[in-house]
Amino acid sequence: MKKKLTMLGLAGLLALATGTTTAGGPLRVGVEGAYPPFSWKEADGTLKGFDIDMAMEVCKRLNRECVLVEQEWDGMIPALLAKKFDTIIASMSITEERKKKIDFTIKYYNTPAKLVAKKNAGFDGTASGLKGKRLGVQRATTHQCSAEKLYPGAELVLYGTQEEVWQDLSAGRLDAQLSDSLQAYEGFLALDAGKDFDFLGDAIDDIECQGVGAGFAVRKEDSTLRDALSQTILDIRADGSYKAMNDQYFAVDIYGN
Amino acid sequence: MDSVWEYRGLLLEGTVVTVQLALASLALSVLLGLIGASAKLATNPASRGVANAYTTLVRGVPDLVLMMLLFYGGQQIVNDLGSATGLWDYVEINQFIAGVWSIGFVFGAYMTETFRGAILAIPRGQIEAGISCGMMPLLIFRRITWPQMVRHALPSFTNNWLVLIKATALVSVIGLHDLVWNASTAGRSVREPFTFMFAVLIIYLILTACSDVGLRWLDRRYNVGVDRA
Amino acid sequence: MAEQERTFFEYLVYVSENHSPLDFMLVADHIDKFFYGALLTIEITLLALLIGGVMAVPLAIARAYRHPWLNGPIFGFTYFFRGTPLLVQTYLVYYGLAQFDFVRESFLWRPILLSAWWCALITFSLNTAGYTTEFLRGAIENTPKGEIEAARACGMSPAKMMWRIVLPSAFRRALPAYSNEVIFMLHSSVVLSTITLQDILGVGRWLNGRYYLAYEGFITAMLFYMVLVFFISRGFRLWEKRWLGHLRPREQSSLPV
Repeated sequence: MKKKLTMLGLAGLLALATGTTTAGGPLRVGVEGAYPPFSWKEADGTLKGFDIDMAMEVCKRLNRECVLVEQEWDGMIPALLAKKFDTIIASMSITEERKKKIDFTIKYYNTPAKLVAKKNAGFDGTASGLKGKRLGVQRATTHQCSAEKLYPGAELVLYGTQEEVWQDLSAGRLDAQLSDSLQAYEGFLALDAGKDFDFLGDAIDDIECQGVGAGFAVRKEDSTLRDALSQTILDIRADGSYKAMNDQYFAVDIYGN
Repeated sequence: MDSVWEYRGLLLEGTVVTVQLALASLALSVLLGLIGASAKLATNPASRGVANAYTTLVRGVPDLVLMMLLFYGGQQIVNDLGSATGLWDYVEINQFIAGVWSIGFVFGAYMTETFRGAILAIPRGQIEAGISCGMMPLLIFRRITWPQMVRHALPSFTNNWLVLIKATALVSVIGLHDLVWNASTAGRSVREPFTFMFAVLIIYLILTACSDVGLRWLDRRYNVGVDRA
Repeated sequence: MAEQERTFFEYLVYVSENHSPLDFMLVADHIDKFFYGALLTIEITLLALLIGGVMAVPLAIARAYRHPWLNGPIFGFTYFFRGTPLLVQTYLVYYGLAQFDFVRESFLWRPILLSAWWCALITFSLNTAGYTTEFLRGAIENTPKGEIEAARACGMSPAKMMWRIVLPSAFRRALPAYSNEVIFMLHSSVVLSTITLQDILGVGRWLNGRYYLAYEGFITAMLFYMVLVFFISRGFRLWEKRWLGHLRPREQSSLPV
């Protein structure tokens, strides 16, 4: 009798413990804070940007308190799996590789990736053009994946944040870099620091690495959260709030097709 | 230089985090050091073996590697443990905790050597005299062992503390918003990394200089009545 | 026979990916990168120790003999490099110097200050020179008076005395402390991964970032470092046996009965 009770008790505890975290309560959102204009940190420490606005809007619609958790990019997915937060809203591209570990909502925007180099660089954006050149990318991004695949002859230099890539590109330590074209424009080329630089070639064509756009990431077992988030994205898109947020930062509609 | 002044709030916050981290790690390392030293001096070969394995492991692995293992990997293990035993749903291992545990663990090994050497330096005859006077073990520790242990351990302890303060800079690599992290982001946003890194160096020099003064005072206090060569 | 081997390999990959807590086959796949990383770690650590060590000798002599106007600046140099973290020193040289136009336009830029490898070597060398100077100075100051008096009695010039008597015996005395310095330098070399260099830890971070893992890369890095430290400790123990053997306590059996 005693044994049965203890087994029941343990089973009950286990059941409680393995419950999902979507039953109300605050929604912990993983954000980066180093990817303007999608997310960045002001001098006083507040987080701002398109991703941040999306996060706050989504929480409002789901009627849950938003807790933004800053996380280094290359630890984003392990942190989600380790339950540091319940979803990632940090311009993370939906790719098959990532889908092996986590799940995604529908996309919330889609912009292509492009190379950036000095104006009149003297080489083109092909595999042969970049052979032997120093190519900078952010670690653990789809761009690292594409760079390794499309430009195997280039000398790949990895950085923790995209900001560091821009820093070294303007210092002249890199010949080129590969990243999201919209962030490249808004976060570098349109600024004073990027005045001597420009896109090199067209958008790269690599669906396998690049994926089909950026989505919110959730753990595989949180399918109810995923569907709820996908629905809110559609709602935000439908009633015009998307356009309002979009136009604050970008001149074009970044939803893509 | 005015950019540093503009960001002084952020730099001050970072310094506070760094100092908190250093003190917390120091506390943990002293605790582990005392346990380790007594284990190494124990008669039981098993405890000596464990203590030796501990110091060997720490000597073989850089602190940053342990830190990353603890921060990224440790969270996963803690979660798996939690769901397997059903005892907890989620216990957070944030950067601060990962930093304190890894730095505390690493410097615990160095403190073990420090305290072991200090205890060995106390003449055995004094302990024997205490026992023959009928002193209880706790009294012996309080009046004979401890004051002399502190005196002998101080130089090595000071050295460990100074190295520890500098090691705290590594926690910025796993993203703790300490002095180095705050200064790096500030430097990057105004595109003046040199100015900010230089400011960080000055702050660290101030911290080490203050510690030096403080520990030298302690040294003088515990060395009252001792003839120095 | 060949077919059986193939399925065993596939079986290993299957076990590694799905059942084993650590995906060891993935690590095995990329083990060559770890070896290249080890090469870089050893390369920079060794070169820095060499350059810093050679620099430290004249500096230590000047400090030990309290040279009138060199003593102060040298003390300032060692205090600065010992009192601040190597990580920050490295950031200062790599990211900091690139801030200045006059640096980027000078002859030092290409190929030295631009390259992370050279920046690391310079910083590490200066750092170890600072530490080595101080304990070499201690060792020189602890030269037994008798040896100096004997050298003078033999009519040796100060230079000859330094070269043949003081320095060799100081090196011998400094050996245990130097073995610690070598291990510390190896530990500190992890800083290389923070300025885009692919040392052992850098490869570990790359692996974790590319495949969204939590610890495989770090555990492999840990094992590599442990092996390196083991060999270095062994090496130093043999060296100490040779050089300091005469200072070891006598064994009992050599006394006549």
